[in-house]
Amino acid sequence: MSLLRVQNVSRHFGSLVAVDQVSMTVEPGQLRAIIGPNGAGKTTFFNMISGFFPPTSGTIVFGEKDITAWPAHKRVAAGMARTFQVTEIFPELSVRENLRIPVEVAAGMRLRPWLSRAADAKIRERLDELLKMGSLVEKANRLVGELSHGDQRATEIMMSLALRPRLLLLDEPTAGMGDQETYDVTRLIRRLHREEKLTIVLIEHDMRVVFHLADRIMVLAEGAVLAEGTADEIAKDERVQAAYLGKTE
Amino acid sequence: MIARDKLAWNAVIWIVLLTMPYWMNAIGGYTELASRVVILGLAAMALNFLLGFTGVLSFGHAAYFGLGAYGAAMAIKFMLPSTPFAILVGVVVGTLAAAAVGALIVKLRGVYFAMVTIAFGQVFYFIAFRWNSVTGGDDGVTGWHREPLHLGFATIDILGNDKAFYYLVLLLFAAAAAVMAMLLRSPLGRTLIAIRENERRARFLGIPVEQHIWISFVISGGFAALAGTLYALLSNFTDPRSLHWTLSGNFVIMAVLGGMRSFWGPLIGAAIFVVLQDYVSSQTENWMSFIGLFFVLVVTFFPRGVLGIIKRRVAT
Repeated sequence: MSLLRVQNVSRHFGSLVAVDQVSMTVEPGQLRAIIGPNGAGKTTFFNMISGFFPPTSGTIVFGEKDITAWPAHKRVAAGMARTFQVTEIFPELSVRENLRIPVEVAAGMRLRPWLSRAADAKIRERLDELLKMGSLVEKANRLVGELSHGDQRATEIMMSLALRPRLLLLDEPTAGMGDQETYDVTRLIRRLHREEKLTIVLIEHDMRVVFHLADRIMVLAEGAVLAEGTADEIAKDERVQAAYLGKTE
Repeated sequence: MIARDKLAWNAVIWIVLLTMPYWMNAIGGYTELASRVVILGLAAMALNFLLGFTGVLSFGHAAYFGLGAYGAAMAIKFMLPSTPFAILVGVVVGTLAAAAVGALIVKLRGVYFAMVTIAFGQVFYFIAFRWNSVTGGDDGVTGWHREPLHLGFATIDILGNDKAFYYLVLLLFAAAAAVMAMLLRSPLGRTLIAIRENERRARFLGIPVEQHIWISFVISGGFAALAGTLYALLSNFTDPRSLHWTLSGNFVIMAVLGGMRSFWGPLIGAAIFVVLQDYVSSQTENWMSFIGLFFVLVVTFFPRGVLGIIKRRVAT
């Protein structure tokens, strides 16, 4: 049973066809990368999956449900979480407060006007666990807006993880990072995949990261699928080299 | 350290509020003025629940304040001469109106939201203004007064005794403040702050943003209505000005003046506004230009409001 089945989705912006009839199937436990040159429609594709906007045509099935017309928050409740190319966090709140909100949402408490001591203790326990997993313990009480880009990104990933998702979508998790930060974030993603058995789809520009992490790669170019396969197959694919690797490297 | 500061702040504010009727006269005020500070402070804090803690600007909160006032006045005049009943009717009417208007507008954002709240507010204003036979039109609802409180074992004369009425107002203010403070420290309150901080992130954390803004709008409108009932009871009278958009603007000024990121800021803003209005308006008719000037100075030099200045002083 596939976790995510995207069938022939297209997205038009006026006369521009940003994504044209793209299909993708993600199995549970996979770590899938989507690569492609700028303007290939990768983020548009992500936005349709996560419910940022609906596709012009095509269907998206998550688990057993057709979620094509669902609003974003409902997809999150069904187990889909995402990060953004430009980190989306709560910059004026501490790391702990940033994480606390999704932990409470995931616990089904978003409408609760009060919290019992016992429930609060449980939330704190989960928070400590997440802080440890994201290597954020020492920075827990700092404002996220004051942290380094890498730590902000780690916070955003852990916020998504706090939702206990079945599928995690990462839009360029290492964008704009130095070598050390890229290494740290890559290691975090691999740990989530290997140890937490999380299914992950990520968009990435850094080829070292892609070939290091992904077990399947999909290449988009000009809104359509150019190639799909394992890392080895993609590396050898001549069309991919011509359209993408050759051009940018 | 921060927790201790907060405790000290709360203590100072409650001591001032609890003793206000006893020194108000000494500094040239009067008990009714103290009641007005607390009532408008409550209205500004109610608005700020939405503005400061959910990040949504309403320019139409006088609608719920005024509906509370009309609800209370008309309940006593036409239905039952009882103060608690009047408060209940006013709060229910104002809250229901906020729920209905809120449901229609929660999809709007920013300046569009603010504009539509003004428009809805003016709808209620014109109904009150034009519907002479029911609302008394421009003259308002007159010929009634707040009723003494009958508690079974005792009767409290809140009609003849200004101080007694002040403490009734303060009691309800305390209850409202306690509820708002509790909500802001709850999971629900944290989702509202999340929406204020980053709506997109809130949405992609699984928070149905529109639903939560609606809830905040209704809570905010409900407490504004409570303030409105007390305002009508204070003067034994209400008229369409309690629904007018300029009053909505005054609530926003109070909140921003005092500091909309702080819980007590709007109360401080209301106190400054009301006292300044009282003093300056006895000297000149153009009192609003002084408040306007003061407002501009505060916003320009101290964007976190008066409480923001004091807090920074204390911190350094």
